[in-house]
Amino acid sequence: MRLVTVSGPPSSGKTAVLLNVIRELRKTGKTVGVVKFDCLSTEDDRVYASLGVTVRVGLSGNLCPDHYFVCNIDECVAWGVAQGFDYLLSESAGLCNRCAPHAKGVLAVCVIDNLMGLNTPKKIGPMLKFADVVVVTKGDIVSQAEREVFAFKVRQANPRAKIAQVNGITGQGAHGLATLFAGAPETSSLNGGSLRFTMPAALCSYCLGETKIGADYQTGNIKRIKV
Amino acid sequence: MVPVEEILKTRMADIRKNHPEVSGFLESHGLIPDDDRLALADYIARIPDEDCQDYGLDKADLIDALGTFLEGLEGLTDGRQTFDVRSVSIIGGTDKSGRPEKINLTLLPGTITSIVGPTGSGKSRLLGDIEWMAQGDTPTGRRILVNGMFPGEDLRFSIEHKLVAQLSQNMNFVVDTEVGAFIAMHAASRMRITDHIVADIIAQANGMTGETFDADTPITALSGGQSRALMIADTAFLSTSPIVLIDEIENAGIDRTRALELLVKKEKIVIMATHDPLLALMADRRLVIQNGAIERVIETSAREKAVLVELEKMDAVMQRLRLRLRAGEEIEGLGS
Repeated sequence: MRLVTVSGPPSSGKTAVLLNVIRELRKTGKTVGVVKFDCLSTEDDRVYASLGVTVRVGLSGNLCPDHYFVCNIDECVAWGVAQGFDYLLSESAGLCNRCAPHAKGVLAVCVIDNLMGLNTPKKIGPMLKFADVVVVTKGDIVSQAEREVFAFKVRQANPRAKIAQVNGITGQGAHGLATLFAGAPETSSLNGGSLRFTMPAALCSYCLGETKIGADYQTGNIKRIKV
Repeated sequence: MVPVEEILKTRMADIRKNHPEVSGFLESHGLIPDDDRLALADYIARIPDEDCQDYGLDKADLIDALGTFLEGLEGLTDGRQTFDVRSVSIIGGTDKSGRPEKINLTLLPGTITSIVGPTGSGKSRLLGDIEWMAQGDTPTGRRILVNGMFPGEDLRFSIEHKLVAQLSQNMNFVVDTEVGAFIAMHAASRMRITDHIVADIIAQANGMTGETFDADTPITALSGGQSRALMIADTAFLSTSPIVLIDEIENAGIDRTRALELLVKKEKIVIMATHDPLLALMADRRLVIQNGAIERVIETSAREKAVLVELEKMDAVMQRLRLRLRAGEEIEGLGS
């Protein structure tokens, strides 16, 4: 089974892009399953299901979303293998921009959009920097010049990634992206594998349910702002 | 372009002065060096581990990425990798019913081709094929050749080798800056900063619209026509894509003849999806698309060009009336 981890800020167009790629992959007779990771709620499982895609949802709720992801992805891989999928796509939102769900030996895709502003590629951390493919969406509503500058900024932040412009509404560019998915390595288990970069550490009193504000209530991994 | 080994030995002061692209690269990784005397390698060696964790950096990886970044830029400056496109050929596939599309068409720089056909006939599919440099691997089965051959798999995702620049009525500028600063930013990303490029582009754009703007105008304050004119002038001068695809630019309040002349002068292969008679007849030929295939290629005949002359006269009347309305005149006749 080929596993692809797809991440990107909320509303960047991850689901729309993946739906178009799934259509392309199915044209070649392949089966695709999806695991959607989100925080509080998602409607995307219905969107996938309406296309007849088998989908599972993981909501991290009270836990750090990417820690939740890494603690559960191997079970998802096992599920995908048991289902006999040709492809398993994991979709997750990178919420603090410092996280990245990308693992070594697994095709890593980051989805961002042209409307986020020209400094966005710089602001998004490992999720973008350690991706193999950066998908840029919403190119149909900004100028050619902005598309070119934005792509340049993406390359500045991650010179090794392939940059794919995809229109999530019309599907333009999805065919090309599907050929990259087809080149993803085979994965049967992630047990013993490793992440491409460390996840941000927390473990302070607030992780454990503290709600009071003030120095007296802070313990653990604390970092001071330089004002 | 200087190899990464040389750059690593260069002092930060010289990097800031002579290699703004390297400063830009560092900045995009959250790094703003403050000690001018250090060589880049020493600066990187001294980044505290805590900062690496904060920004998501790995030092060896950062240097490797810088090397890849500089190699990519090489193609922009020495012309080795830039796209010298002398022709783009479309070789027919099949239509939606599976019938062969009998077409073998070559488009040359400095020519205009219009595309006509009802919605859903396959205009976007054709554009998609060209953009992807299809090799019989899309639903249409078409093949697209550049200079008579397939330019290679690795060029399909290269940002320097994008075949198609697009311009449509739906596109807007969203960046919050001034016109001059924005053009300079675009030029920098193409390693094409010259003293006059900003002024040239603004002058060309102003030549297409009734109301002028300057380098200090905020880009989001431009009118629809001014935006369109700036997009066209900027694409003509700074886009590396040899093909410019224009999707329905009528009613944009710009001098369309001048816009097309500029693109042709800049040796672009212009493709327009349009049903505006003036634009369609301005083209050297038009492709009639039906049922997913190019059904017919009509070379614009001398008789059609004669019709175009009449249309241009009508268009001139409209343009004059527009100027008069803008000037607050009363319109009691079609003349000036």
